[in-house]
Amino acid sequence: MSVLVDEGTRLCVSGITGREGSFHAMNNRRYGTQVVAGVTPGKGGQDVEGVPVFDTFRSAVAETDADTAMIFVPPPFAADSILEAADAGIQTIVAITEGIPAHDELRVSAQLERTPSVRLIGPNCPGVLSPGKANVGIIPAAFFSPGNVGVVSRSGTLTYQIGNELAQRGFGNSSIVGIGGDPVPGSSFIDILALFEQDPETELMVMSGEIGGEAEELAADYIAAHVSKPVVGYIAGFTAPPGKTMGHAGAIVSGSKGTAQAKAEALEAHGVRVGRTPTQVAEIAADILGADGA
Amino acid sequence: MDLLEYQGKQLLRRHGVPVPEGRPAASVDEAVAAAEEIGYPCVVKAQVQIGGRGKLGGIKVAADREAAREHADAILGMDIRGLTVHELWIEQASEIAAEHYASIVLDRSARAPLVMLSTRGGMDIEEVAATEPEAIATLHVDPLLGFCDFHARRLAFGAGVEADVVRPVGALLARLYEAFVAEEAMLVEVNPLIVTAGREVRALDAKVTLDANALFRHPDNAALRDTAAEDEQERMARERGLTYVKLDGDIGILGNGAGLVMSTLDVVAQAGGRPANFLDAGGGSKAEAIASAVEVILSDPKVRAVLFNIFGGITRGDEVARGLIEAFHQVQPQVPFVVRLDGTNDEEGRRLLAEAELPNLRTARTMNEAAEQVVELAGEAVAPGSR
Repeated sequence: MSVLVDEGTRLCVSGITGREGSFHAMNNRRYGTQVVAGVTPGKGGQDVEGVPVFDTFRSAVAETDADTAMIFVPPPFAADSILEAADAGIQTIVAITEGIPAHDELRVSAQLERTPSVRLIGPNCPGVLSPGKANVGIIPAAFFSPGNVGVVSRSGTLTYQIGNELAQRGFGNSSIVGIGGDPVPGSSFIDILALFEQDPETELMVMSGEIGGEAEELAADYIAAHVSKPVVGYIAGFTAPPGKTMGHAGAIVSGSKGTAQAKAEALEAHGVRVGRTPTQVAEIAADILGADGA
Repeated sequence: MDLLEYQGKQLLRRHGVPVPEGRPAASVDEAVAAAEEIGYPCVVKAQVQIGGRGKLGGIKVAADREAAREHADAILGMDIRGLTVHELWIEQASEIAAEHYASIVLDRSARAPLVMLSTRGGMDIEEVAATEPEAIATLHVDPLLGFCDFHARRLAFGAGVEADVVRPVGALLARLYEAFVAEEAMLVEVNPLIVTAGREVRALDAKVTLDANALFRHPDNAALRDTAAEDEQERMARERGLTYVKLDGDIGILGNGAGLVMSTLDVVAQAGGRPANFLDAGGGSKAEAIASAVEVILSDPKVRAVLFNIFGGITRGDEVARGLIEAFHQVQPQVPFVVRLDGTNDEEGRRLLAEAELPNLRTARTMNEAAEQVVELAGEAVAPGSR
């Protein structure tokens, strides 16, 4: 088992005819993901290395039974593409695009609340990888193997770093989920922790947060009340000065709010062990599961 | 992107929010001319993006031309918590009967705009929220519905605004919401929102933060960027399309991906070092981008050693190595570099670096090892100068 994407995933890529979109769509297909369609308005009828391109999500879904979307279009058009995918009946939408205006994300979020069966991952995220099954996004799959650790993170490369530290200790992953670095993410830590809690393959979860907002604090409360499996935490940005956006649009300490210290303390107060370095995260995981990663 | 007070007021005014009459001024003569036009008494206000400027002498009331000149002269060039005052806002003085507080912020947890109103204006609202939370009326707005008249009434009555100004305060909130949405703000805050002796409501201060990701739709707002307050390295980085934040230490940092760079800063600090900057070279960095980033880092004279921490996903280790080699040829760095390359094409990258035999560059196997090495090198670099 795994969460969100697997062998059965039927992927439709929005922006498949773009340079980045086609590169990663093909990369995902080589990994084994069923890439069944692409959408680029005005390019319906063409194909990208055999993947049929449609003008609209509705026609793509009707023709190919796509159930998952990957959004790769530029920021000015990305929110509209997400809404189009949801409108066409796509159930899982993974939005890679970085730089979507926050007010666009607010409207998307408000609309998706009205259609609770649709799940949005991202935007501004590396996607979802279920090792050995499917890769939807830009996570470099070569570093990860199947296993029992579920990872959820606000960051991309930091996730690879942590995943690599885990791999060196023999741990594989059920799924790796990047929820993205924007102020208004489609899915929260809580949403993904809930999926891992239900996933029989996942025995331990790693949650990698960063400064800004209070998603980690809310997750800490949720873990205490609803999560039975062990969770290991990591928070980036202890040295970040207040008022400065640290790369991710959502990574900003506002006044005294959103500090790494407060987040780590909130998690630890609920019994979640927090690694102070990515290496320590792997050490704690090994301590909990046994050093051989079995 | 944070706006100066007067930029915020001009923006709010465009959406019908009542603000006192005022003029910007960048010199003493301009300030006096503005004061003469506005009339006396007027207020001379330092335009810096920092709170508490009044207590530090950055806001003065002028009763006549001489006083206006004197205050403008004193405040221009003044240092307020490390920020130099380059601009003034000359404003008609207001007779204040009551000070309220109003704000709209994008509430990340609720994924909706949060509107707040309180009659405890003029104070730090976080303090009010901590000591007297019931004094703040709050309401989340459904972004697909918008701000309704009944929302305004609920807030005004909830906050205990005096009956005769419930309507104008409500109208101001509606205009404020219009500005928040139309200009794509992350925050609009009016503190104080005053009731004048004549029972009119006005925004006496304005704090506006715009969404940097939305500026492509608002070219006029994009031009408001305060380049005078911008640090030299931050300006260089922005012009080169790099994400850079200046910090106050002496170890230059470059990594790929915001999370990994934040983590790198933390690991360096844990090893006893002080990072000089945050620099995210981004995904898929090509050699030119890396060379360009090295120039930005080294232009900070405080930098005594540099750490490269790359975990390649889309970014390829060989590209990073090529960029570094190019940068060494272009700028011939005088400070030591520690490079940690992992991920995509890492072996190829390390091979290229080894073959290039760059002076002053060593590679490390892990992130922790790299951090320890760079901290040690920065410490050694300090010693000769301090002898």
